[in-house]
Amino acid sequence: MSALEETNNQVGVAEVADVVVRFAGDSGDGMQLTGSNFTEATALYGNDLATFPDFPAEIRAPAGATFGVSAFQIYFGSQDVTTAGDDVDVLVVMNPAALITNIKDLVPGGVLVVDVDSFTDKNLTRAGYSGSPLEDDTLDAYRVIPVEISKQVLEAVKPYGLSHKFAVRCKNMWTLGLVMWLFDRDRSVTIENLKKKFASKPEIAEANIAAVNAGHAYGETAELPSGVEVYKVPKADVAPGLYRNTTGTDALAYGLLAGGQLANLPITFASYPITPASSLLHTLAQQKHFDVVTFQAEDEIAAVCAAIGASFAGSLGITSSSGPGISLKSEGISLAAATELPLVVVNTQRGGPSTGLPTKTEQSDFNQALFGRHADTTLPVISASSSVDCFDVAVEACRLAVQFMTPVMLLSDGYMANASEPWLVPDINSYEPFHVDFEKEADGFSPAKRNKETLARVWAKPGTPGLEHRIGGIEKDVKTGDISYDPENHQEMTNIRKKKIEGISEFIPEQSMAMGPDKGKLVVVGWGSTYGSIHQAVKRCRQEKLDVSHIHVRYLNPLPGNLQDLLSGFENVLIPEMNTGQFVNLIRSKFLIDAKSLSKVSGQPFKIREIEFAIKSALEVK
Amino acid sequence: MNAPVPELTVKDFSSDQEVRWCPGCGDYAILKTVQKMMPELGVAKENQVFVSGIGCSSRFPYYMNTYGFHTIHGRAPSFATGIKISNPDLDVWVVTGDGDGLSIGGNHMVHLLRRNVDLQLLLFNNEIYGLTKGQYSPTSKVGTTSPSTPHGSLDMPLKPCVFALGSGAKFVARSIDTEAKHLGPVLKRAHSFKGASFVEIYQNCPVYNDGIFDQIKDKKTAAETRLVLENGRPLTFGVDGQKGLRLNAKTLALEIVTLGEDGITEDDLVVHDETNKVLAQLLANLKLPEYPEPIGVIYCDSDAPSYTGEVYNQRIVVREDKGEPDLNALLRTGHTWTVE
Repeated sequence: MSALEETNNQVGVAEVADVVVRFAGDSGDGMQLTGSNFTEATALYGNDLATFPDFPAEIRAPAGATFGVSAFQIYFGSQDVTTAGDDVDVLVVMNPAALITNIKDLVPGGVLVVDVDSFTDKNLTRAGYSGSPLEDDTLDAYRVIPVEISKQVLEAVKPYGLSHKFAVRCKNMWTLGLVMWLFDRDRSVTIENLKKKFASKPEIAEANIAAVNAGHAYGETAELPSGVEVYKVPKADVAPGLYRNTTGTDALAYGLLAGGQLANLPITFASYPITPASSLLHTLAQQKHFDVVTFQAEDEIAAVCAAIGASFAGSLGITSSSGPGISLKSEGISLAAATELPLVVVNTQRGGPSTGLPTKTEQSDFNQALFGRHADTTLPVISASSSVDCFDVAVEACRLAVQFMTPVMLLSDGYMANASEPWLVPDINSYEPFHVDFEKEADGFSPAKRNKETLARVWAKPGTPGLEHRIGGIEKDVKTGDISYDPENHQEMTNIRKKKIEGISEFIPEQSMAMGPDKGKLVVVGWGSTYGSIHQAVKRCRQEKLDVSHIHVRYLNPLPGNLQDLLSGFENVLIPEMNTGQFVNLIRSKFLIDAKSLSKVSGQPFKIREIEFAIKSALEVK
Repeated sequence: MNAPVPELTVKDFSSDQEVRWCPGCGDYAILKTVQKMMPELGVAKENQVFVSGIGCSSRFPYYMNTYGFHTIHGRAPSFATGIKISNPDLDVWVVTGDGDGLSIGGNHMVHLLRRNVDLQLLLFNNEIYGLTKGQYSPTSKVGTTSPSTPHGSLDMPLKPCVFALGSGAKFVARSIDTEAKHLGPVLKRAHSFKGASFVEIYQNCPVYNDGIFDQIKDKKTAAETRLVLENGRPLTFGVDGQKGLRLNAKTLALEIVTLGEDGITEDDLVVHDETNKVLAQLLANLKLPEYPEPIGVIYCDSDAPSYTGEVYNQRIVVREDKGEPDLNALLRTGHTWTVE
């Protein structure tokens, strides 16, 4: 049943608790822009929300092709929203290809807005329809709003004298106007955005604004099918404060800037373009007034090496990529581990192996992050659990890198990198600084000197008189740092490197419960962007009085010291992952417990009900 | 950084590490020349950084009492770029070989040179892999027999200076390991150049490729086999300098002529002009046995901006435009709303 059927008695206005809207069209139809504008208006309205942009790898696929369909989904409501939603209540399709690829997700009774002008014989054939679904009973289960959008748009933008091509491009804004009417959203922010975006082409800005307004007016005046009216989604009850929307990428970029400031270090960010990680480079490249140098290297290897060079020179070197690029970087990462220089490596995971599904999400680089290097190279691995969490995790990655003089792997993924959610904007002054003390004392200096507590090697940067020294990949003498091929020395150095990383568990927070008591029948243990789905699933099950808790692990290596104890309080452990079961293998082998895997590798995030079903199966609830 | 530099000597630049190259290796001579030259550069030794990859030549930083980073195979140019863009006040030297710099690290070499990162790159060319025990390298002559090519190598070698010019290098020079009087001044020129200076050094490997440069190094044959370049001077060589190079206008190639024969005078010869890239490319291609091989500065374009300089200039412009950074303000950009 559609969420939109929960209407009250007020004529023409229905109140609903939460709604999922999806915009779908050709990759050139501007669906992502439509979605992001609707998101902004929804955030300003006061609903909690989560989004899921889902686009093809092709930049401009042939018009009307099913593989070129680009979609943007938003889930908003009056309670806490942590996923982009399972089922779609309102689906907007700009062509037959968008209809055929998305209709299965629309709930029966859901609202379907269709641009009938695009349902030409050619487009229908290309999408795989033998006849028009608008003319048979295919769509009988839905409340269809068929609109001649192209015709409406051309009429609305006529006064601005655009060519046919540019005029038709305003279709997405017309559609946005209609959906804004449907949910009583304010158009003013979108209008401001359009003015800014087309500042140099005022006639295009005006035409788009006219299209938004015309779509809105259409909703008010046209005779729409019965049951389609303005829906009110009450404001969510969230913590007070100043909010903005953020994608994981932006939060991560800002977190790295914050990390640099808290360490009192300039940042050198060296990267090579790869989907879906490139946007991190783009965001940081715009912040050159901060102490950040961005460098687009000639390849992934050069990027990691330049970042390590930067750390050697006394900056915080950071590199970023996605799975295949991280593979190329691994020799460099091991050098950073061997020379004990700080380095942050951000991996925005995507579907694999190889090129795999570049624009889709997966958590399948867990093993690569923990084990994907030659020899006994070990390093800390931490993961973000949501778009907003990327900020704090980035700060933490910087802290671990400089405090322990080690490369750190930060795992994000394509889903949270692109998805946006409201963010209670933090105050940088509330974060504990971790200023770096470079070595300055020349008397008795050795590059092998260590901090007794953290085992971190001393950081002596070039330019410091009296500390001239050489480091490199060859094994180093434990006392002098000079080259050493001595067998006992290699054993000792290997032990120290291992102990240093394992010892980090003393310097990270204990594992806490995300939800539920710390003992019981079942605990769902997650890491990364599965947080939202697990949270909602556990919440729903707990509302049904099921004995289930949620633990979400940020520190994947080393694991929090109390995790084993915590898990031993539960009869069953269930680990959902967007891979074939990598974290679950670690938990099983490390703690010798019979943890169960829930695996999904479709390139799509978990649906809430998939986890709910697994919980109920584990608890043998029918 | 501009404090007066104390008087330093060759000893100040020698590290306490025992040098472990094979007896008779050309690297010893290069090391000595570099250590001797360093005090003359007027740069404090704490601001000197030597970066290398993997191979015999790449052990070089361990023997210099400066900052040094012995990295991974072929990637020294990338580490050096990271060092230089992070701290442009450092004086960075990359030491590499023909295998490290032109085979596994060929890609990074191209981009270091085209970007014109402000550093000195010394490529020790011995036309062989030494540290891995004698396999042929990308500069080995066709037919080189080695453990991996027992019947002779088949692939065409590349010419390092041609490679550098083709990559867009703005400073390209060549010298010889044991010729301190030539090598020292060439390295000083390289050091004074603002940008990526590429210096190929003919270096003898006495174990795996002994004597390949003997014809050029031997005093008895050197006059005929070397073309010593001097800016503004005609291209002459041979005993008493009686031979020279003339441009054949029809073939657009350099040809050897003898002064005094067929009425040829110095006026007919090409005059070396370091700023002429076309001439540089002709010179870099000259090889024995057909031609003498050029020694000295082949090309120098001082007008090109250095990458590192530009990186910082751009930051200054952005900061003037956007103002002092304020992270809290940045976090509050875009549309924000307050929940009471």
